[in-house]
Amino acid sequence: MIAIIDYGVGNLFSLKSSLGMIGAQAVVTGDADAIAAADRVILPGVGAFGDARERLAQTGLDAVLCREAGRGKMILGICLGMQLLFDRSYEYGEHSGLGLIPGEVVDMAPRLPAGLKVPHIGWNALRLTAPRHPLFARVEDGACMYFVHSFYADRCAPSVIATAEYGIGLTAAVANGNVIGCQFHPEKSGRDGLELLRAFCEMEG
Amino acid sequence: MITKRIIPCLDVRDGRVVKGVNFLGLRDVSGPVELAKYYSDCGADELVFYDITASAEGRALFTGILRDVASTIFIPLTVGGGIRALADFERVLACGADKVSVNSGAIQNPRLIAEAAKRYGDQCVVLSVDAKRVNGTYHVFAKGGREDTGMDALEWIRRGIGDGAGEIVLNSIDTDGVKRGFDLEMLADVCAFADVPVIASGGAGRMEDFVTLFKEIPGVDAGLAASIFHFGEVSISELKDVLAREGINVRRIL
Repeated sequence: MIAIIDYGVGNLFSLKSSLGMIGAQAVVTGDADAIAAADRVILPGVGAFGDARERLAQTGLDAVLCREAGRGKMILGICLGMQLLFDRSYEYGEHSGLGLIPGEVVDMAPRLPAGLKVPHIGWNALRLTAPRHPLFARVEDGACMYFVHSFYADRCAPSVIATAEYGIGLTAAVANGNVIGCQFHPEKSGRDGLELLRAFCEMEG
Repeated sequence: MITKRIIPCLDVRDGRVVKGVNFLGLRDVSGPVELAKYYSDCGADELVFYDITASAEGRALFTGILRDVASTIFIPLTVGGGIRALADFERVLACGADKVSVNSGAIQNPRLIAEAAKRYGDQCVVLSVDAKRVNGTYHVFAKGGREDTGMDALEWIRRGIGDGAGEIVLNSIDTDGVKRGFDLEMLADVCAFADVPVIASGGAGRMEDFVTLFKEIPGVDAGLAASIFHFGEVSISELKDVLAREGINVRRIL
């Protein structure tokens, strides 16, 4: 059973449907016991970092996530859910993250070459780092995934498992042991996205 | 780098996909779920659904279809048609839409874009503009292209972006349905200032029109069309092969 963390942020319809499509059992929940009982956890998220972080704190789900990560449970953060795994973010001020992956989340706008639009929105190709992480066991280097974001993870080089070229090499996916994150939306990335979710479901903690 | 997107547009009325020529003469094409799945398998990068029904029954039918599509295919879905209030955003987002396209609703309620962008994020709000040349300028047309609002289209788009619209769909009424290519002049005028993605709509008749679009107007991020895809005049997978051969960066289904 996969627990999709419900903390009032983002649209979970497609994520739940996509897991159903690959035959994975998933439940959308904000309940600490249900999360503790699940084999794997997915932390979704869309919107602003500060609001999402506050909701995690208010609901106590931040402590639940850190505890489950400490127990070695496989955790996948998606988009803002990935950004929340880092130490801090500079989106509209400075906010502390969950601290499960070393690094920080910064605005891409001042770091991009002139002429590139922000947000980075659309399909971009993954450049996988060697050796290939098991998350990519079922997709090829160069597979396109769907991105929508204005901030990206920086100072996290040891954890980077894929980047996407957008004037600079944007962090596309990260892993720190059992804690994994992807900036793109696998649930919106067609067949390759579904294969990535399938690989996550097959990974051993 | 980010790829150029190819986006089929599905106009839905009473549960079926239709496409008008110059917005008139509606014609039945196919079932929305089958068509959506077919496009996704062929490599469509995104799908746009326009709800062109006016009745409450039609609207309920539409959200049911949307839910079916969103649980079957996993690429971004944009929904438009009849979006007048935040409640309409809520209704379609809950059924699996990723982005919501506003057109006449934003003209009637000038605060709609700003309010929606604040609640759902800029990335969620698409401003769709039907524009037509009138006395040497571009005017915004409402009600599916039937009514000249008298507003300057470039000003309207500038304001929409300022309010938080995360993408612009520019539909040229002058080229729509004519199948002689996109309105390059109008697109260039919008791309000159737009700092959000611009999606070209109206006028595609053959594959070369997309090649010309992306080569002539590099600021355009996506090409949208309906009938040429629905009637099989252009196959999306072949179109992507042609674009790739011409050196345009597109997503390929391997």
